[in-house]
Parts: sequence; C-alpha cells; structure tokens
Amino acid sequence: MENTILKAERLNKSFTGPDPFQVLKDISLSVDKGEFITIVGKSGCGKSTLLYLLSTLDTDYQGTITINGSRLTGLKERDLARFRNEHIGFVFQFHFLLPEFTVLQNIMIPALKLGALPKDAIEHNAMQILRQMGIQDTALKPSGKLSGGQQQRVAIARALINNPGIIMADEPTGNLDSANTQIIFNIFQELSAHGNTIIAVTHDRDFAGRSDRIIEMKDGTINTTAEPAAPPAPCLEPEPLRAFPSSSLFP
Amino acid sequence: MKASVNFMISSTQLLARKRQSIIAMLGVLFGIAMFIFMMSFMKGVNNYIQDTMLSAIPDIHIYNDIRTDYTTSVTGSWLHNDPQKMVIVHHPKPEKVRLNLKNADAILADLKTRPEIKVISPLLSTQVFFNYGSVQINGILDGVDILEESKIFGLHERMITGTPENLLTADKGVLLGQGLADKLNVAKGDLVTLATPEGTSMRFRVVGTFAFGLSTVDNIKAYVSLASVQQLLAKNHDYITDIRIKLHNIDAAKELAALFAKRYGYKSEDWESTNPSIKAGNMIRDSLTWVVCLTMLTVAGFGIYNIMNMVIASKMKDIAILKAQGFDGSDIRAIFLSQSLVIGVLGASLGLLLGFLLSYALSRVPFPKTEFTFMKYFPVVFDTRYYFAGAVFGILTTFLAGVLPARKAARVDPVTILRG
Ligand SMILES: Nc1ncnc2c1ncn2[C@@H]1O[C@H](COP(=O)(O)OP(=O)(O)O)[C@@H](O)[C@H]1O
Ligand SMILES: [Mg+2]
Repeated sequence: MENTILKAERLNKSFTGPDPFQVLKDISLSVDKGEFITIVGKSGCGKSTLLYLLSTLDTDYQGTITINGSRLTGLKERDLARFRNEHIGFVFQFHFLLPEFTVLQNIMIPALKLGALPKDAIEHNAMQILRQMGIQDTALKPSGKLSGGQQQRVAIARALINNPGIIMADEPTGNLDSANTQIIFNIFQELSAHGNTIIAVTHDRDFAGRSDRIIEMKDGTINTTAEPAAPPAPCLEPEPLRAFPSSSLFP
Repeated sequence: MKASVNFMISSTQLLARKRQSIIAMLGVLFGIAMFIFMMSFMKGVNNYIQDTMLSAIPDIHIYNDIRTDYTTSVTGSWLHNDPQKMVIVHHPKPEKVRLNLKNADAILADLKTRPEIKVISPLLSTQVFFNYGSVQINGILDGVDILEESKIFGLHERMITGTPENLLTADKGVLLGQGLADKLNVAKGDLVTLATPEGTSMRFRVVGTFAFGLSTVDNIKAYVSLASVQQLLAKNHDYITDIRIKLHNIDAAKELAALFAKRYGYKSEDWESTNPSIKAGNMIRDSLTWVVCLTMLTVAGFGIYNIMNMVIASKMKDIAILKAQGFDGSDIRAIFLSQSLVIGVLGASLGLLLGFLLSYALSRVPFPKTEFTFMKYFPVVFDTRYYFAGAVFGILTTFLAGVLPARKAARVDPVTILRG
C-alpha cells in the first residue's frame, strides 16, 4: 500500500540457551504513515523485543521487516545503522543521554552523524525543538544535571532531530511521575497531530487511549487490534513530518 | 563530517575523565622519555668508549704481514730439479724475512691522492730494550713523522709533559709513555739508552711524556723521529714497516682497507676487524637500552589497555545509545581507538620533550675528572633519529593497546545493554 510506512511479516524470535523459549510468535503488523500506534500488554509478553526488532537494533529473528519501502531484513550492520540514523527516532524508558555532553550536544549528535546539514543549521534546529519542548534554558547544561522529566524531553528532542519517518518509544513514561507523564503524553500527541508516525510501548491505558490504534500483545502474539475507546482529542491540522513548526504546548 | 562527530565524542569523553587520561598518558610519557634519555646517553657512552679505544688505533693499518712463499725450496735445486723426485719439506724456515713495505714511497704518494683520507702516518716500529740500571725493560719504539702521528692520535691532548713538536727541535729526542717513564724513573730532560735486538744502541733525551689511558700503550711505547729509528736499525730513509691512516668517515674503513690490500699487495686492516670488541660492546649496550625501553613501553601499553577496558566497561550504555542512533561498529571503534591514540600522541610528544630535557641536563653535568679521562661533561648524543623512533614506538604501543578494547566496544550488542 502507498501509505504503509512499516510492514512486518511473520516475525518469530526465540531465545536459545539452557532455557529456550519463543518470545515472538508469527507477528505480522502494518503501520500507515502518520499513524500513532501504542503497544500494550503484560510485562514480559515481548513488547520491547518486538520494538527492538522493528527498530532494526535486533537482527536475530525470522520474518521480514520493510520500512519506507526498504526491506531491512538481512541488511548489513553498517547499512542498518545508517538507516536508523536517518529514518528512526528511538526513545528509551530510561532517557539514556550521554552524560559528558550538554543537552544541546546530545540532541545534535545524531544530526552531526547524518551530516546532511551544516553544524549551525543543526544547532538552530536543535534549539528550536528545545524551545518547543519548553526546556531551551537547559541547552548548555550537562545532561546529567537535568530532572528525569527534562531528560526524557531531551531524549525525545534527540529522536526528532533528523526528522525521522518513525518515532519508536519503549515505555517513555515508565520512569516518570504523573506530572511529567502528562507532559510527555502531550508531546507525543502533538507530534502525532503534526503527522509523525509513532509506535509506542506503554503500560498506561490513558496514554494508549489517546493513540490511533492499540495493539495488545499476549505471550508473544498480537491479541486484538482495536480502535481506542475514545477518539483522540482534535489537535492542530496535521502537517507532514515536521515536529512543532510553530506553537508550543509548554509555556 | 562523520569523522568529526566521532572525534568530538571521543575528545569530550577523554576530557570528561581527565585524571584517568593523564595517568594513561604519563605511562607513555615516561616510557618515551626514558627511551630518548637512555638512547642518547648510551650512544654517548658508546662514542666515548669507541673514541678512547680508537684513539690508540688507526682507521686503517697497512703493514707487511710475515707471509713467506714456500712453493720453491733450496732442496729442489740441491736435487737438480729432477722431475722424477718429489720433495717434501717439513717445517720449512724462510731464508730471509723482510718486514718493511718495499715500495713505500710509491704507496704513500698514491694514498695522498685519495680524498677519503684525512691523515697518513708512516711508521717504522721496532722492539727495543730500555736500559734501566742493570735490567732491560722491553718496549716498542715507534719512528714517526710526529706531526702526522699527532693528528691521527691526538697526541697534543695526551701529553703529560712536553709537546709532540719537541721531537722536531731536539736532536735525538724521545717521547715516553708515562707508565714507561715511571718505570724507568726518568722525567723530561733525562737521558735513556735504547738497545735493539740486533745489538745496536743509542742514547735519547726525554722531551715529553704522554698517556693514552691504556696501560698497553703507556707502559711500553716510545716515540722518536722516523730517521732516528732508520739510523738505529741501519736502514734507508724509505724503510718503513707500517702506514696508518685516518679517514674522514670511519664507516668507510672496511671497504677501503680491502681495496688497499688488493692494490698494494700488503696486509691492510680496518679498525673494526682488529677490534671486534668495540662493536660487540656497542651492540650489548644498545640491546640493553632497547630491552629496557621496550619493557617500559610494554608496561605503558598494558596501562592503556587496562584503562581503556575499564572505560569501555563503564561506557556500555553510551555505546548502546550511539548504536541505536545510527553509529555503526566502525564508528564506535574509531571513537575508542582515537582516545588511545590521543593519549599516545600526547604522551609521546611530551615524552620526547622530557627526554630531550633530561638528556640536555645530563650533558651539562661535569664528569668527574681523572688523569686518564678527557671528558668535561657526561657524554650525550643528540640524534633526531631517536626522537623519530620514540614517536613511532609511542604511537604504535598505544595503537596496539587500544585496538583490542576498541574492537570489543565495536561488538557490543545494544539490545542486551538497553534491556538493562
Ligand atoms: N536475552 C534474553 N534471554 C532469554 N529471555 C529473554 C531475554 N531477553 C528477554 N527475555 C524474555 O523475553 C520475554 C519478553 O521480554 P520483553 O520483550 O522485554 O517483554 P516486555 O517488554 O513486554 O516486558 C520476557 O519473558 C523476558 O524474560
Ligand atoms: Mg519492556
């Protein structure tokens, strides 16, 4: 389909070893451009594993994964790294910033790696994203000096810097208090409203409720694919793929 | 662009743990500094020892080796050269041995045309007895052109009393080795009587004493003019036994000696062949220096290896994040290898500097003065080749020490780390 950005077919993954066990069983999945998908399910059912597969970090599986029309299964490490750099923005549960670098540097690193823009343009973009997240004051601070909620926002900013086709997040609020959780939820919703494709793993029913589609996993299989109970609150007109062109949710 | 972001990450991490980086660097720094210092000093010692030993021997020595032609024998003519008879002579003895260089004047003239040669000193040497009361002391009498001899062996610096030129002005003057003079209990101005094995004898006046710092010379040798010995032995003015040569470049000695041997038909020896112990001594000191320095560098290398391994163990998360963001294994390897290399380059550069300063300081330390040493300061050689070698070794060591940890870092599986 024209509009499909990600297509996964019959994904199987097993852990071998003393206690072999199949984590993912025949999972097929298709994500449209601009879709906001949440994956929910009990702890240990394989959500993170699936996300690592989709993000190309884990290459040890059966089945095929296609993103943006490129078949990624079987590609070399080097090409996958390049692809991740350009097309996938990843947000981890434990924000995971590089501690020696400032907030601004952390955000700029993936773009410097991509090398598509000159350094000052990258810096300009990074500052703009920070402003939209409402944490522009922290730009020059060492990333370790920030609070958890701020760090997670920096991590999201970093995931956005290369304007990726898909944003993937593994329990992005799993480690945050409720106020910060709300801020992060809002950011994701805003991103979705601007046409970003998002795949987020979450425990939070409330968060899942705001997505376009919920994928429920159970013991390594996709259980049901349901529309959220309540349609997401209407936001700004969707625009293709540019995060936060103007206004900010966080005054 | 890509390389610069890797280097940006690498240098930021390096600066973030200054103490560790500095400790790793100090290992290389001291290794290289010691290398430079020891090489410079050892080379100085080698040169000093070589100079001292060479001061008593020429670069090339041409003389008539006693080599007698036994293919014909008087027995043959005694038996009327009958081809039916085979003559076997056991232990033949020569009829007459000539020790001199027959065409000495022609050889000397030919040698003078060679540009490689700095000094040529002809010599007529003979065994003599110095009369000391009722006993006779064995010695060597060298008849020389004292000006040339002085140029080859630096006699000026070795005179204890008198000057070499005194031989020219005095009638029947002799320069005695200091040890010999002490044994004979004579000093400048005294008379000594010299006797040849042939029985002739002559009286000389001591016009100076010298010391080379080598008892084999100082205790037996005496210098007189060439003409005096020729007179003592009742020989012609062109009768000489040896030619000693000093070259501009002593490394050419071996080749030239071989050439002269062929050209003149006499034995021609270079300093290296006659004194293999000089080379052997140099080699032993050189090897010692290398062993010590390579050991130090190896230790420094292990230090870097350890530190880099520790760093990488503590940076697993960062490696996983970088990989998740699109850095591949070769980027990670470059990041960590460049950290080792920065440590190596900085350590080696500062090490070269420290090595130079230490060598310079030593070269300004006065050497304890004794009668037989002619050194004002400790001997140190400054040679850019050591500095070049030091730089290469320092960087090579850190590179080797950094490769394994960097490769380990490159292979980190990000998923395992991100799962926690
Ligand atoms: N390296 C591993 N070896 C064996 N089992 C693993 C490994 N990593 C994860 N698992 C198991 O795989 C299952 C799925 O894990 P995960 O995808 O992290 O679950 P979720 O994110 O849904 O909580 C869990 O039961 C976990 O114990
Ligand atoms: Mg998980």
